[in-house]
Order: sequence, then C-alpha cells, then structure tokens
Amino acid sequence: MLTVATGNKAVAAAVKAVRPDVIAAYPITPQTEIVEQIAEYVTAGEMDSRYIPVESEHSAMAACVGASITGARTFTATSSHGLAYMHEMVNWAAGARLPIVMANVNRAMGPGWNVWAEHTDAFQERDTGWLQVYVSTVQEAYDTTLMAFRIAEHQDVILPVMVNLDGFLLSHSMQSLETVTLGDFVPPFHLPHAIDIANPAGYGTLTGPDQHFKFRWEIEQSMRKSVAVIRETEQDFAGRFGRNYGVAEEYRYEDADVVVIAMGTLGKEAEVAVDILRDEGVRAGSLRVRWFRPFPDLDLSGRELVVIDRDYSFGFGGVLAHSLVAKSRVEPYSVIAGLGGQEVTYDDIAGFVRDRKPGQESWFGVNGNV
Amino acid sequence: MYEIRIHSRGGQGGVTAARLLAIAAFRDGKHATACPFYGAERRGAPVVSYVRIDDRPIRVYSQIRNPDLVVVLDPSVMEVVDVLHGLKPGGQVLINGSDAEKIQGYPAHAIDLTGIALRENLVVAGSPILNTPVLGALAKMGIISVDSARTAIREMFADERNVKAAEAAYTELVI
Amino acid sequence: MTEIPKEEYILKCTSACAGCPSSLILRYVLKAAGPDTVLVVPACCTSVIQGIYPNTAMNVPVYNVAFAAAAACASGMSEAFSKAGKKTNVIVYAGDGGTVDIGIQALSGAFERETDFLYICYDNEAYGNTGMQRSGSTPIGARTTTTPGGKIHAKKDIDAIVAAHHPTYLATACAAYPQDLFKKVQKALSLPGSKFLHVLAPCPPGWRFSSEKTVAMGKLAVRSGIWILFEREYGKVTINGPSKAALVKPAPLEEYLAGQGRFKGIDQNAIDALKSQAAARALHLQREAEGIC
Repeated sequence: MLTVATGNKAVAAAVKAVRPDVIAAYPITPQTEIVEQIAEYVTAGEMDSRYIPVESEHSAMAACVGASITGARTFTATSSHGLAYMHEMVNWAAGARLPIVMANVNRAMGPGWNVWAEHTDAFQERDTGWLQVYVSTVQEAYDTTLMAFRIAEHQDVILPVMVNLDGFLLSHSMQSLETVTLGDFVPPFHLPHAIDIANPAGYGTLTGPDQHFKFRWEIEQSMRKSVAVIRETEQDFAGRFGRNYGVAEEYRYEDADVVVIAMGTLGKEAEVAVDILRDEGVRAGSLRVRWFRPFPDLDLSGRELVVIDRDYSFGFGGVLAHSLVAKSRVEPYSVIAGLGGQEVTYDDIAGFVRDRKPGQESWFGVNGNV
Repeated sequence: MYEIRIHSRGGQGGVTAARLLAIAAFRDGKHATACPFYGAERRGAPVVSYVRIDDRPIRVYSQIRNPDLVVVLDPSVMEVVDVLHGLKPGGQVLINGSDAEKIQGYPAHAIDLTGIALRENLVVAGSPILNTPVLGALAKMGIISVDSARTAIREMFADERNVKAAEAAYTELVI
Repeated sequence: MTEIPKEEYILKCTSACAGCPSSLILRYVLKAAGPDTVLVVPACCTSVIQGIYPNTAMNVPVYNVAFAAAAACASGMSEAFSKAGKKTNVIVYAGDGGTVDIGIQALSGAFERETDFLYICYDNEAYGNTGMQRSGSTPIGARTTTTPGGKIHAKKDIDAIVAAHHPTYLATACAAYPQDLFKKVQKALSLPGSKFLHVLAPCPPGWRFSSEKTVAMGKLAVRSGIWILFEREYGKVTINGPSKAALVKPAPLEEYLAGQGRFKGIDQNAIDALKSQAAARALHLQREAEGIC
C-alpha cells in the first residue's frame, strides 16, 4: 500500500508487520515516535505483542534479552544516550547470541545536550557483535527493518541487528512509503539455544580463559557468514518487492574518478552534489555505505575518495574514513561534517570534492573550512 | 523542485501543515518530503518547517535556503525572523491575516486563517487550528489540488470541520 | 511439618564455600518451586556457585545476566512465557548488592509494572562475591574491606522500599528456618503479580564465624530481633512464629554481635544504633500486624 510516513513511523510499521512477541522500550528524542506508535498499535489491538514500558534503556535491552532467550521475537528502539546507557546489555545481547532487532535513531552524545544527528552513538557500539546498517530514506528504513529480522534470525547468523537512521533528518522527515504484504519473507524463527525446561542448562555461567575465545570466534564466524545472508536476503527482497539496496549503494559510480563516500542521509545528499559536479565536467560518483558491521569489502582502487564522517574518534580520526583506510588500503580526503546536526548541503559536499586534499583531514566549519 | 518554507510558532501546527502539504502533493502523484527543523524551542517559539515537491525522488535533507514560497502562519514571527530571507526572485508569500502589505518586494497573498478556524470552531487547547485551513489556500494557489488537500486532511483527521475550513480558505483566498 | 520434596535441583558439585547460606536457601527455594522454573541470576555469589562452563550444578535453567539487569531481564522473560501460554516460574535470585544498590532501579520498575515474578534477595549484608565490600545492606558498625573502621551508615530498609510498590506478597525469611522459607516460596508462587522475598544469609567468611555455625547464627539473628520474620500479603502484615516469641523476649544482641568477627571492636554508639533500629522496626511491624498503622 502506498502511504506517507516519517522515518520513525516507517520503522514502527515494519515492526508491526513482523509481529514481535515482546517489545520493551524507553522513550528518547528523536526516537520516541517509534515506541509511541508501537504502543498505539498494541493498545488498539492491531499488534499482538507484549509492550513492556521499562524504566530505562538498560532495562529495555535486559527485558529483550530475557524475552529473547525463551525463543521470543523482540524489538526495541533507542538513540544516543539511551544507547550508551544500555551499552552493557548491548554487549550481552550479542554475546548471548540473541537475534534482537533495535532501531537506533542516530543522535549526538552530550554534553552539551544535542538532539541532532551524529553517528558516534552507534559507532561506539561497533565492537559489540551487533550487525549495523544505516539507512537514508523512509522507504529504506521500512525495508531494512523488515530485512533486519530475517537476517538476525537466520540460522547462520543468530546475532542482533541495529538499524540506524539519522535523527530528525530522517526520523522526522515525511516521505512516501510503500508498505508490503510480508507473506513468508520473515519466517517463524527457531532459537537453537532457547530455554528448555525439559533440558535445563546454565546460560552465561563462568567461562574460563580456555573457553571464552571460542564464543568470540563463533560470533566472528557468524559475522562473516552474515555477508552472504545479507546478500541473499536483499536479493529475495528485491525479487518479491522490487527494491534493492546492496551493502553499499552506488550512484554514477561506474566511471567516476572521484567518489564521495558517506552514510545515512548525507549519502543521499551526496548524490545531488555528484550531479552538480558532473554538470561542471567532474567525473564524480558516490557510494553510500549501508552495512557497517559486517564492514563491506570494497574495491576502491584507482579512484580519488572524499569520505564524509558524521562522527569522530578522538585522537584517531573519522571512523568511516579510517575503516576504509584499513580495509580497502586507500588514501582518502577525510571530511568531518554534520556533527550534532551541523547543516551540510549538497553545495557544501560539492565543495569538499572541489577542494579535496588526498590523505588529509578537514573539519567542516573549522579554520575557514566552511 | 518546488521548495516551501513555513513559519509558525511552536504548537501552532506548522509541522503538521508541512506534513499535510507533503501528503497532498504525494496524492497528486508528485514526490514530496516534509522536513521540520526541530530546534530546542518549546511552545510559542518561532519554528520553521520545510516542504519539497518534485516530479523525481527527493534526495535533499538539508534546510531550504532559497524557497519558492514562504508561508507565514503567525505574522508575529516577522518581528523576530526575516521570513523573506533567501526567497527566490519571483517567489511568493502566503500570510495569515490581512496585512499583505507587510511583505515588500514579493507578491503576497493574505488570508484570515485564524478567523476561519474560529468560525469553524477549530480550536484546541485555546489555540485556533491553522494547519488544515492553510491547505485550502495552498490549493487555491495551485501548489496542490483541492481533492488532494481534502484527502490529506482526512488521512490525518477524522473531524470533518477541518475539511470545511480548508474549503472556506479555498473560497476566500483571492488570487 | 510441611512435607519437603526429596528432589534436588542443586547437584553435589557447587563451588560454594563451606557453610554457604546462599546454596542452602536456593536448595529450598527450588524444592518449593519445582522443575518448571527458570532462575535469573545477576552477578553475585551464585554466579560462581553454579560452577564453571561447560558444567553447571543447577538442575533448572539458569539465566545469568548483568549486575543491574535481573529484574528487567525477568520482566521480559515473564512476558514472553505468558505470551507463549506457559506458566513457568520466573525467579530472580540476587544478592543484596544486586538488589538494594545497583539493581534497585530495575527492581523498582519491574514491581511498579506488576511483573509476574518472584524476586528473592539473599542478603549477606555485603558484596560477597568480590570479597566483602560494604553494600547498602551492610549494618552499622560492621567491618568490611571498604569500611575497615566499621560502617557508619545504617542498613537500607529495602523491605519498606519494596513495600511502597504495594506488591502482592512480600516476606522475610532466614537460612536457618528452611520450613518457613519453603512455605513462603510456595505461597509467593501461588499468587499473581510481583512477589518479594528477603532472606537473611549469614555468611561464614564474610561475617567471620566458623562454617558450621551458619544455622546457629541465623537463629541468633531472629531470636535477638535484629532480623524479623514476617509476611505482607496484599498489604496485610503477619509476624511469623519464631519472631513472635523473639519480640516478646529477645535474646541479647551482644550475643549475636560477639559471634561475628565483622563486629569486633564495635563501639557502644553503633550497638545502641543497631538496637534502636531493631526496636523501631519491631514496633512498626507489630503495629502494622495489629492494624494500627
């Protein structure tokens, strides 16, 4: 059905379609609309789920963990400080191999209080064992949330998935949305290690140095296998519903000499910058990284790169830029832009490309880099 | 791409007006986005919302710098905000009230949305509702069709007085 | 005498200290709860007692979870079982640190939401698993590794805090009175909503008494009136048998204190504070039991 929705409402609509057994959540700007909408669905009887209005994000993830280990399908949503507050349980969810799906509406960390978009919140969780995907449109938020459940629950994966959308820019933007009739796209799932009263087991008991690394290695194996599961899921989604995204979305990329790489809404805005540059005779293209964990294996050789990070790792650099340096052995121009919702337009992005300095880092808005 | 900036105060429904406008444009078969700019402001503070309408998918999320149309739901914001800032040459203005002459240098259309809301008894928590009547005025200006304006309002509100208010605005606005 | 089932749900391979009250309490808890039970255990001595992966000494499923997360984890589990139409008992088994300190937010939330579960706090009045540091539940005058001069603050009244949530059932128990404990677990599990059981766990290494005296120390706690056995069922308070007698004619508190190394050198002011706190609690409970307040 064709409708119009905000990014938040699109996520809620996808969650409704997948019908989790238990949803536990705590409100936080700019995510609140997701859990409000879900609470409304449940109250109206449109969704046969249990909604637990927990007293904190730590408890939101703890409740999802407790529900998930019984074999229930679970969902939660958070943002920024909420994500940081649940950090311990974010680790727990992945370590306990629970296919929880969480929407994280990307927002800066304080202080000072800033409710606007930044990716640092989710990047601080990147080593927890969660799969992470970043979306750029309302439709993509919906489609990706559907896919997230199937990928998380796939027997080769059994890991939690975090769907990230930019605070306000996407969470509160209204765009057209085509909802789907799900059919068996997200099949009933089986948690192989679910609590079984007939076969009592100890979960998360003391684990010595002789065993711990084996569990970590299993997570990494599943993370590696998830690459194929993501591909297969996206292909099946495209076959059924006609939309395809890929681990990274290319735009006028094939013959591009210089490529803008960004994530989230900036990745879409970059496409407009590419059109402007092409009109100027610059063979520009763009690449929007969607899946950040597992990190994509990208062949970027022979191109100049301008990487925009809406995040920063202090004492190190832009996380996306340096991930690409490490994984794809490139020497990009690293631009730090959009922190805490800093306004970045397609004209600004075109400017980054025109002024590119390979191997260097620039902070947009600092030292005259406006 | 046609770009619209809506000025209002927090709580007056500027964000909802932007969303209704996007829905109506979408029902006209266009692509549309409504991007409210959320500040830290609370009720009563000047706020802006943006609507983009195009025949192609819209890939822009940044704020509108050079709108084609400025809508002023609360003329009192003009005391603190330059509502004409960045307005394109040839751009136009729709203003709630009767003071079209307050706008210099651009064609301005004035309509008493507050009066229409009060007449239709569209008042919530003491404030007249402006976001549905304004759709009628925008339809008269040709931004959206009247049918889509009605459809959009009905998608969001069950109270038929909202549609009547929009129809009244459509009739009353003189182009 | 209540017939206590012969089935054992704690197997003979725990890593508990000799004389451990925690495993003693849990043994009777599980006998009362039966096999259709899942334990949720935050970081505490029981995390260790159950053994090291891939072994476990527990014959019911045990879900170990982060320190502050037990009540919230149990909330999710309880809802999921209920959604699946299962009547499995969800029991949190947490120490005093995980209950009165780091876990109190999740505990409060779960009780406010009337989560259908039983929360058991076994209280050895310090952080036992990390080697006896003070907790909010440590009594005044007790020496711990972080209060080497004796604790200067009073024990937190977790029963009053939980009671303020108006749970279906709240009771205290003591490792030295397994019959009383058994009956209270059974009663709690027969009732809907949130139930709280606060069990005193005299800890030989932590309190510094010899390991064969766990039961004797528990009895002394009750007889001296410093620990009162009571139930609060739908708000109605009943003081239980052993404490009824103790409140009429309590044993001297000094006898209880003298048996424990942690109170060695306790000054008279701290003893007076302990006595006046115990007397005030007794008076309040007696009035509640008589329906006066």
